[in-house]
Amino acid sequence: MSSDAFISIQNVDKYFGKFQAIDNVSIDIGHGEFFSLLGSSGCGKTTLLRMLAGFENPSSGEIYIDGQPMSEVPPHYRPVNMVFQNYAIFPHLNVRDNIAYGLRRQKLPKAKRNEMVDEMLALIKLPEYGDRKANELSGGQRQRIALARSLILQPKVLLLDEPLGALDKQLREQMQLELRQLQRTVGITFVFVTHDQEEALTLSDRIAVMSRGRVLQLDTPTGLYERPGSRDVASFIGTMNFFEGKVSKVEGTKISVDAEGLGALHGDRGERAFAEGDRIQVAIRPEKLELTEQQPNGATASVKGTLKHSAYLGERSHFFVELDGMEKPVAVSAQNKLDAISVTDDSRPVWLSWSPESLVLLGAD
Amino acid sequence: MSDSYIRKKSRPLQVYAIIFIIVLYVPVLFIPLFSFNDSIYVRFPLEGFTLKWYGELFQREPVWNALMNSVKVGLSVSVISTLFGIFAAKAIARYRFPGRGPLVGFIMLPLVVPLIIFGVALLVLLSRLGIPLSLWTVGLGHLIVCMPFSIATLLPRFEGFDPALEEASADLGENALWTFWRITLPMIFPGVIASLMLTFTVSFDEFIMAFFLNGTQPTLPIYIWGQLRFPQEFPAVLALSSFVIAASFLIVFIGLWINRGAHAGTIKVD
Repeated sequence: MSSDAFISIQNVDKYFGKFQAIDNVSIDIGHGEFFSLLGSSGCGKTTLLRMLAGFENPSSGEIYIDGQPMSEVPPHYRPVNMVFQNYAIFPHLNVRDNIAYGLRRQKLPKAKRNEMVDEMLALIKLPEYGDRKANELSGGQRQRIALARSLILQPKVLLLDEPLGALDKQLREQMQLELRQLQRTVGITFVFVTHDQEEALTLSDRIAVMSRGRVLQLDTPTGLYERPGSRDVASFIGTMNFFEGKVSKVEGTKISVDAEGLGALHGDRGERAFAEGDRIQVAIRPEKLELTEQQPNGATASVKGTLKHSAYLGERSHFFVELDGMEKPVAVSAQNKLDAISVTDDSRPVWLSWSPESLVLLGAD
Repeated sequence: MSDSYIRKKSRPLQVYAIIFIIVLYVPVLFIPLFSFNDSIYVRFPLEGFTLKWYGELFQREPVWNALMNSVKVGLSVSVISTLFGIFAAKAIARYRFPGRGPLVGFIMLPLVVPLIIFGVALLVLLSRLGIPLSLWTVGLGHLIVCMPFSIATLLPRFEGFDPALEEASADLGENALWTFWRITLPMIFPGVIASLMLTFTVSFDEFIMAFFLNGTQPTLPIYIWGQLRFPQEFPAVLALSSFVIAASFLIVFIGLWINRGAHAGTIKVD
């Protein structure tokens, strides 16, 4: 356990019968961090969150929160609170009583309790809603009340299980912003579960990408997007073009690759160890490719292809370009500027160019 | 709604339903009808309206004793079977344990097995154990009869509310007992009331178990049965039966009405 880790998940496995939901996961989360568990459904992210809350126990391994081992601690004694996927607002209580629910054990005088609830109602911007019944609330309001109900207990960690999943797009974007602001205001550690990669990128300090019970990569949003460590991560986060390649020469940190469709490439291998003759994947994001009608200046790496199809999306356009020797067309994304390439005229020769540092080299896996 | 194929009105079905209800309940209506008839013979034509059978009823000590016996047994049985029913329904709805399916079937068995079998079996068992027959043994028999009703009433309540509510309560710092008191009980409360009323009625009206297991203190149905031997008592028995019918209808109706949300499968939230 590193010294500054506030939550430390150490070598945790979880079996449900014979099914292994979590496979040897170790994660350290710092104090005050906005940490996301990202993955498609069934990847184990919710199971991991429920283990932090205490609703499931690890089959092996240990979870430490604030230095304390948690496996013997039942949910009602843990210094964490959770916002449930469907918010789990108590339907028989009004908004006030929902928010004050966890305060019973603190045996506060009534005035103090009311004051705390009022503060929370103000924090979530629903000051007039105290006497509403749970069934008179919209999805966004329920979400805020679930937040307030947890935050009033001043937990050390707030766990959020896809809290924005049930909201429509506009409200979701607004709540993302508010959630991030709220986290900065209260300064507590958030562990956030989501399957929405955009949401994870927007909100998080760091993200653990999970698949089949394992952590594929743990990095900052920029790190995950710009330097994905595997094809799985690269294709899960955003769109990515992949090219089969073979290492032709390694010299210090310099590397040369023959890639199908792109030809001979020269770049920097970074910290990855490649040997001559290795089969690798070369990947590049659609927005890192530049599409031109004329061949660019000699110095820039470029390749000629055929524009097969384009889609106009308002602020940007997507183009699909066929290259010789490639089955799948290459996706290109470009902002629509005044001088943008005309998108009406398909099936004509175009040039793709890129800067060498925008290429990502991945081991063939 | 009326234009949808599956929901359109079906004339033959309506007629069938009406005939069904008539066949079911008209015979029952003869009981209150003749209880107001000014004759000790149950036959047409009716001979005039009277309340004297009801008046006579109130002056009879044994009727009141039998009534009190039934109420005592009914109240105890309804409380105990509802209590057990809550535990059983919660276990069935919330936990996956081996033998769950057979267990549920086993609990529901008294609904389909002839009560005379249970009655005889319990009678044999109790006499072997040397336990004297009394209202307690009647209550024991009624508990077996009433448990399925309790569980069947409470189970949809448990299945209809999100287990995340109980988890949320634990998450907010409440232990199992407080969670039950503050969340579970309020959520299933209509089912609890319905179960209390339903099981009380079942116990109050039950004859076979009471017949086998009662000692010297008859319950109301046993008392009525005993009076049938005396023709001159018959109109008073009709008056008494009318009371029992009215009370049963009322209690069951109120119980079902309170619990009406349960059949939708979920408690309305949105």
